[in-house]
Amino acid sequence: MTQAVTSVWLDLAYLITGILFILGLRYLSSPATARMGNRIAAVGMLIGLLATLLGSGIVSWWIVALGVVLGTLVGLFSALRVKMTAMPQMVALFNGAGGGAAALVSTADFLFVMENGGTARGIALSYDQGVTIVLSAIIGSVSFAGSIIAFLKLQEVMTGRPITYVGQQVVNAVIALSAVALAAFIVTLHGSPEPLWPFFTMLAAALALGVLFVLPIGGADMPVIISLLNSFTGLAVALTGLALSNNVLIISGALVGASGTLLTILMGRAMNRSLANVLFGAFGAVSATSPAAGSGAAQNVRSATVDDVATMLAYAGQVIVVPGYGMAVAQAQHSVKRLADELEKRGVTVKYAIHPVAGRMPGHMNVLLAEANVPYPALYDMDDINPEFPQTDVALVIGANDVTNPAARNVASSPIYGMPILDVDKASNVVVLKRSMRSGFAGINNPLYEMPNCQLLFGDAKASVDDLVAAVKAA
Amino acid sequence: MQHLLAELTVFILAVFVGFEVISKVPTTLHTPLMSATNAIHGIVLVGALLVAGAAFPPLGAVFSIVAVMLATINVVGGFAVTERMLQMFKPRTTVKK
Repeated sequence: MTQAVTSVWLDLAYLITGILFILGLRYLSSPATARMGNRIAAVGMLIGLLATLLGSGIVSWWIVALGVVLGTLVGLFSALRVKMTAMPQMVALFNGAGGGAAALVSTADFLFVMENGGTARGIALSYDQGVTIVLSAIIGSVSFAGSIIAFLKLQEVMTGRPITYVGQQVVNAVIALSAVALAAFIVTLHGSPEPLWPFFTMLAAALALGVLFVLPIGGADMPVIISLLNSFTGLAVALTGLALSNNVLIISGALVGASGTLLTILMGRAMNRSLANVLFGAFGAVSATSPAAGSGAAQNVRSATVDDVATMLAYAGQVIVVPGYGMAVAQAQHSVKRLADELEKRGVTVKYAIHPVAGRMPGHMNVLLAEANVPYPALYDMDDINPEFPQTDVALVIGANDVTNPAARNVASSPIYGMPILDVDKASNVVVLKRSMRSGFAGINNPLYEMPNCQLLFGDAKASVDDLVAAVKAA
Repeated sequence: MQHLLAELTVFILAVFVGFEVISKVPTTLHTPLMSATNAIHGIVLVGALLVAGAAFPPLGAVFSIVAVMLATINVVGGFAVTERMLQMFKPRTTVKK
């Protein structure tokens, strides 16, 4: 980088920023201290940014000002306006912004080196700087383009179903290899001036790769992909830090990369699927291609009336609510809370069972229920709540399907075999709120619906729950 | 090369710290965690400021304005949306009717 800032003060400020980021994340270990954590991290950010503005000899102020003002407006506006149900899309977009920024910084750095015939350290593009610049540009671009596709899928601008075609993996492999080959070519040239086309072709290949690797990912796998893209952006930022010899970027990127990787692992484990299977399995495409797994197969189910269910709930000892993506789609979280309030007034214990991959991103259901004022101690993780189902009178499944499918336990041929599920079938009664008999995302039948203790209440989740609230009041 | 090695050391140690700290975050906070880490990787704004601040060829200027803008969206949006989410997490329902 140009100024090769060696100011001790600047490095000290960056050190403080790094420490505050780590402390901030540490405070996220409990909902009670999490807000404090977020603010600590924000203060760390402020210190790092102010130090950079004051201490690094910026000359083109107007560029900086223009970018900061525009970015602040867009960032604030979207953060304050976004609906909680749209949080997965928002996170995907922000993540893409970070990846894009990392790639652009590397690109600008590369152009600068080319223009000036060398860095301030007096060398041309050295091997290590070259390697980190091209890697950061590639990974940042993949993360940017991949996040945009994830956003479009989550926003339902394009289908949430996997998009597959013949030779998909071959095409992806060829593009990935050509990006790496171009990168190697750029690094080995390492004299200046060199042509710019290999760099821009490499960027284009990386962007294409980002688009293509997310296309075959289905909506139900989004929690894994969003986490993975998050770790990519972290890695890209850390690599940018290596290219610029900037420790705070390296530390922050490493923290985010670790976080994204950990979440990716947790999500994969919650679905009993490897990352390779998520990336290349095109999960959820089965229903389109194989008639046997299709949604058409008739199932012998009992449908319930609102009054039956309301009576059952009103006279229950314990009710466990099992929310899924359907609750988010129907925006039913506030109605669910009202129903829980009515039941609690009657002395019914209400708990919520949250499957790790319920919804479209890690923790999706928790945020929606928090928005509806459900206290977080009432939300239970899968392992904590499963032993409680046998002592539960009613399990109320709202817009969840595959995560309650007992086939995962005992049908070895099922695509979801081995996935840990919520044991709702062990409750005395199961009531499933569904829009229709359409199958879940995995495109497979749910034998739960044919069990003698299970009834289905058809209709929009929000409308059904509202009806239940009225009926419970009257009961 | 030695320089890079020193920086890689920092990187790897930070990864271990990251795993250690993040593994303590409960599942109920995973969405705020993701948006908070989104804000934190907005630190790439520091890098964007450095490249944008240098005297630049026109193409580089365009790239750096966009980089600064994207990174600022990350920082401002990330912290704001995390704050908004976290203020909804309550230990108990306040006064029930």
